[in-house]
Amino acid sequence: MATYIRATGNISPQQSFGHQPFLITPIEYAGDRLTCIEPDYKGIIDAKLIRRMSRIIKMGVAAAMECLQESNITIPDAITTGTAYGCLEDTGIFLTKMVEHNEELLTPTAFIQSTHNTIGAQIALMLQCHNYNNAFVHRGFSFESALLDAMLLLAEKEANNVLVGGIDEITNISHAILSRMGLYKREAISNLDLFATKTKGTIDGEGAAFFLIANEPSATDYATLDGIHTFYKPVTTEETAQQILSFLSAHSIDINGIDLIITGNNGDIKNDEVYDRLQNTLFSKNVTGNYKHLCGEYPTSTAFALWVAGNILKTQTIPSVISKQVPGKIKKILIYNHYQNIHHSLLLVSAC
Amino acid sequence: MTSTVFIAGIGAISAIGNNVAECLVALETETGGIGDINNLQTIHRGKLPVAEVKLTNEELANKAGLSSTISRTALLSMVAAKEALDDAAIDNLSTFRTGFISANSVGGMDKSEDFFAEFLADNTKGKLRNVVNHECGAVTELVADKLGIKNYITTISTACSSSANAIFLAARLIKHNMLDVVVAGGTDSLTKFTMNGFNTLMILDQQFCQPFDENRRGLNLGEGAGYVVLVSEKVAASLKKAAYCTLSGYANANDAYHQTASSPDGTGSFLAMTGALEKSGLQPSDIDYINLHGTGTQNNDIAEGTAIKRLFAGHYPKMSSTKSFTGHTLGACGGLEAVFSAVAIKYGIIYPNLRLETPMVDLPFVPERNFLKNVTVKNVLSNSFGFGGNCSSLIFSKI
Repeated sequence: MATYIRATGNISPQQSFGHQPFLITPIEYAGDRLTCIEPDYKGIIDAKLIRRMSRIIKMGVAAAMECLQESNITIPDAITTGTAYGCLEDTGIFLTKMVEHNEELLTPTAFIQSTHNTIGAQIALMLQCHNYNNAFVHRGFSFESALLDAMLLLAEKEANNVLVGGIDEITNISHAILSRMGLYKREAISNLDLFATKTKGTIDGEGAAFFLIANEPSATDYATLDGIHTFYKPVTTEETAQQILSFLSAHSIDINGIDLIITGNNGDIKNDEVYDRLQNTLFSKNVTGNYKHLCGEYPTSTAFALWVAGNILKTQTIPSVISKQVPGKIKKILIYNHYQNIHHSLLLVSAC
Repeated sequence: MTSTVFIAGIGAISAIGNNVAECLVALETETGGIGDINNLQTIHRGKLPVAEVKLTNEELANKAGLSSTISRTALLSMVAAKEALDDAAIDNLSTFRTGFISANSVGGMDKSEDFFAEFLADNTKGKLRNVVNHECGAVTELVADKLGIKNYITTISTACSSSANAIFLAARLIKHNMLDVVVAGGTDSLTKFTMNGFNTLMILDQQFCQPFDENRRGLNLGEGAGYVVLVSEKVAASLKKAAYCTLSGYANANDAYHQTASSPDGTGSFLAMTGALEKSGLQPSDIDYINLHGTGTQNNDIAEGTAIKRLFAGHYPKMSSTKSFTGHTLGACGGLEAVFSAVAIKYGIIYPNLRLETPMVDLPFVPERNFLKNVTVKNVLSNSFGFGGNCSSLIFSKI
């Protein structure tokens, strides 16, 4: 059963929100951290609510509203969200006050907004949407789980359309901790040169991307979402290749039928070995492209990749910042990402 | 998509017992698990009662076969998930496509709190090993790896309805023929973060909670883990012992009223219960027992009660809140209560609602006060409602 990507809403470190030319002028960043370009929330979210919401909630809600507006659907049949870290800013605020004030004189707001389902819940509240609502919080599988849930709901005919989002934020605290774990580059680089560095470490990223997926086509669809597959901790490159081949085979296509493979290279020399090995073998004849130099590395970055794929298929152009190679007509895109070589995911998207 | 999903194994750890058998003894002897704080290092010790699991991290780690330095939430999860899988006793498990779908509300927060005190003073300090498993999903993976499950792993966090949603998704993945066996449920340990969070909301009872009592004052937090093993028809047919019951209905709805409060008429609860009944093809009169969400807060109990009044008027089933025994275990409660529901069907028993003194004046029904044996329990409805308006109901049915 085909699933159609009817609309998107994406707040990212690039000019991706609203009606913008598709990645024609990539935004350059120096340093190891990319920050989302936030829109003016007035007109999207009630002013009283804006004041109370943390940054991730505002970004998530605004991306969702933009997506719904584009889809012409007021109340979706279901809402599913994926976030690995959840509402980190509010979590940090409550933890800090709790430690500093030795568990006394605390106020509830940050705690209330720290729960992982806050964004999906706030969207439901604003829309007065009583329908199915779920929140997935599984590291590099968070967005993929939300997307799978949405696709199952469509297949079950429990929903005709589902609003699905992937959201994660960077805070000063999370960046300091993840830096200590050695995730990011020590040297100063431009994000646009990420893949030329060939050193250890990546750049920290964040984003809020929502999609309206539906079981009926519309005149303005971006693409069809043909399938999703996740696999956990593959031991060898052969196992990874086998997973990719059986996924393609389940969708009656072989690797030569893929016009573009968007891979999750993040500039970390060790991390990217997984992709390098495939590029020398299974992907050797394919056109490939990158996206993490635009949004940074974070557990729900495949939501940004899906937005890229949808726009490529809809506009039939591959921005040069994604890939310098230009195939003819672009019919099928495979997104292959792994997060820390633990969470591997595949998304197959086709032109309508 | 019409296939039946069976509950083949159960596992539980809570303040009333370190396994299912111990929990059942406590339920039968009406021995609640709420008391003074012993394990958690907090200023609320001696003031706020909680329902703690009566084992230290070292003792839990021994039972779980994991390191005592990892999150207590993972240790609790491992103990209950392992019990459930052992209980199911599935031959040739490795030949089946097996998943682990777990829920929790704050991941490895108990360890993050330790880290944070040192980190705040100096951000180059604090042991990274204490924060490396902060993410909710990290807790799930510690257990999945120990159980050797890798075909499908995910984590759900919809506050207090989390583990009901985990069980719900597990059933759907089996029906879609994507998995054959799924260990599903949830876990949460007590943390200062949650304790203080709920305390700021002023919904914690300073005495032992009294769910569905007119004079209820709030909830007591608890900790624990509860898992069920869901299997396909094919796997069920190969089992050496009979499955407990089927999961016949489930639904998820949103109250869309307030981030932390339920609507007065319990719109979300009503929609979840109605949806689950519809899914199972049952009528309200077919339900023999409702395991209530029943937290003991003013707001939850009247909202849930009002929704039950609307849906079940004329034929109220037996009902009770087992949170009067286990406290409110948040991300674990849907899992624990699924275990209790499965057992209620298998043994024909109904659990009492402890400390119910004055029934709520606005409700025409009174929850069960005594442990009942030799009752026909064909269908059990289990409710789990959470922050963010997330409401889920599950229905378990006799085979």
